[in-house]
Amino acid sequence: MGLDIRWPIGLMFTLIGVLLAAFDININQIWGIVLLIFGVFMLLGAISGK
Amino acid sequence: MQTIHLQWIDYTILVAYVAFVLGIGWTLARYMKTSSDFLTSARSIPTWVTGLAFISANLGALELVGMAASGAKYGIATAHFYWVGAIPAMIFLAVFMMPFYYGSKARSVPEYLKMRFDERVRALNSVAFAVMTIFASGVSMNALAKLLNQLLGWNYNAALWICSGVVLLYVLKGGLTSAIYTEVLQFFMIVLGFAPVVYLGLKDVGGWHTMNTSLQGVAVATSTNYAANAWTSTWQPLLAGPAHNPMGVDWFAIVFGLGFVLSFGYWCTNFLVVQRAMAAKNMTAARNTPLVAAVPKMVFPFLVIVPGMIAVALTANPGKDYRIPPPVIAQANYDQAVAVVKTATPADNAATVAAVDKALGKDVNPDKIAALVTANTTAKLADADIEKGIYFSVKDNDYDGVILSLVKKYCPPGLLGLALTALLASFMSGMAGNVTAFNTVWTYDLYQAYFAPGKSDSHYFWAGKVTTIAGIVLSIAAAYFASMYNNAMDIIQLVFGFVNAPLFATFLLGMFWKRTTGTGAFLGLFGGIAGSTLFHAVTIAQGNLPGVKGGYIKVLETFPSEMAQNFWLAAFAFTVCFTLTLVISLATKSMKTDAELRGLVYSLTPKTVDHNLSFWQRPAVLGTVLLIICVILNFIFF
Repeated sequence: MGLDIRWPIGLMFTLIGVLLAAFDININQIWGIVLLIFGVFMLLGAISGK
Repeated sequence: MQTIHLQWIDYTILVAYVAFVLGIGWTLARYMKTSSDFLTSARSIPTWVTGLAFISANLGALELVGMAASGAKYGIATAHFYWVGAIPAMIFLAVFMMPFYYGSKARSVPEYLKMRFDERVRALNSVAFAVMTIFASGVSMNALAKLLNQLLGWNYNAALWICSGVVLLYVLKGGLTSAIYTEVLQFFMIVLGFAPVVYLGLKDVGGWHTMNTSLQGVAVATSTNYAANAWTSTWQPLLAGPAHNPMGVDWFAIVFGLGFVLSFGYWCTNFLVVQRAMAAKNMTAARNTPLVAAVPKMVFPFLVIVPGMIAVALTANPGKDYRIPPPVIAQANYDQAVAVVKTATPADNAATVAAVDKALGKDVNPDKIAALVTANTTAKLADADIEKGIYFSVKDNDYDGVILSLVKKYCPPGLLGLALTALLASFMSGMAGNVTAFNTVWTYDLYQAYFAPGKSDSHYFWAGKVTTIAGIVLSIAAAYFASMYNNAMDIIQLVFGFVNAPLFATFLLGMFWKRTTGTGAFLGLFGGIAGSTLFHAVTIAQGNLPGVKGGYIKVLETFPSEMAQNFWLAAFAFTVCFTLTLVISLATKSMKTDAELRGLVYSLTPKTVDHNLSFWQRPAVLGTVLLIICVILNFIFF
């Protein structure tokens, strides 16, 4: 119905991933990169879905 | 000791999530033109979205918090709620029941009951469902506001109204579609927010095998009745009997009570989840919705149950400096207890223990207090160290605090914001699910059917919007009700149990036996509810006193655990409802012709043909594959 949900999901997790990565293991850095990859993957899906 | 102080990064993640959720509602607002758009998504949503929404609507925070608690109390056997108590029912719904729900073009489950039986059955089901969804939503929001109050020090009223306000805004703007779309976003937020906690917890306890070794030690130390695998096997402790597993249940209660009656009663008839499948864009999408949902549901035990097992394994290792959290105690009470310990001497230990008990309002371990007083006398301890010693000496455990205690233990700023946002997302998805189901049932099954029939579509569109506001306000009222009475949760869950337990018998006979009559269904349902109420009144679980927990007329049977009592109650209610419906149907005349029942009853409905789908896309094939995987999981953790 007019909105590909992958856009907001991709944008949100890309934003949070960048924030977290920028901010005995550096879990913020590692998990920030994981979220960033997931967000970009969603955005690519939304772009190809167009 | 209790509250967490969030940093700017945590608040930024929280605000970003709320902004995106509201943005989805605002974006979808322009597409809301009819009551069908608002209340049923105009049947337009693709499978993967409805599938993830189906599972997310069920993934309220009570499940996240409750399943981690059960993981700590019962171990991997908690997975029965997934591998026995969910997957088979979801597959049954997809393969056998969705063709009737979707093919009948009913807009809700109560409307299907009206088409299959009569107005009486619809009225009974829709009123019961509307009341239950409001209470479920209220109980969930009360839990959230209490949590934010205890964990972050936020004001209870502000937390309750702000969180409810966010849900109201996006549901009011985008209706069911908005709820479904945000549920997908919330699904990913919950998974990605809690996955690192599980990873860090497993790393801390030394991995899966080391955790299991620790749990075997805990099992043997807990009870001489338990075998070493009481926390690490799903079926073996169950087959040994109720006394030999921490759940206190037998295999028949799990298979029939949970796996058949309660599970099929929830997953196959509860409009909250079925509504997501009914919003799918075609029959194939509707049938595949529960199957898509079954995939994450199958692996969720590793996300929501394992944290509880990690917590128990941590307690077995004193070097990890962890305990199952005690019940929440106000900081002022801790301060009083610290003052008592600071002035105490080893000679007056009994008086010190009594004074600490009084200050906390909880019983403490005398040996631990004695050791703390001795340590403080030998070398003056800092207040924080004394407080920590008191925290570790409280006897009672609050298992519901397990998941948050792990979040506090493992999450630095940033990841903490992500985990708390995931928790908030789970509450919101639960509330939005309940409110959207409530406004559809109220608008179509009660308002349009009995109060204002024959009005224009725009009238029902606005009625749906007004009902959304009313639903949120009533949920807030229910939250205050739940907060005022300590046993409100018990009473609400009890009533849910009475109403839900017999429901699947009505659907089973209605869908698969054309001779079932409206009178049989209506009286059978009432009989089932009366049967479950009577069963509860004459049974009790070990350790409970007669009252809200049962046995208030006379105790004829004592079960080893509350869980066993609930499973047997469900089995009894189902049997009463099934038998009564069958007998009364045979004694009464059906008011529906075969033509009227076409599309509503199995024997009178042309079978759904999937020849246009490739072999692997057919619901029956997908369902079979999922069932095989589910059986394999049961064997792996047997």
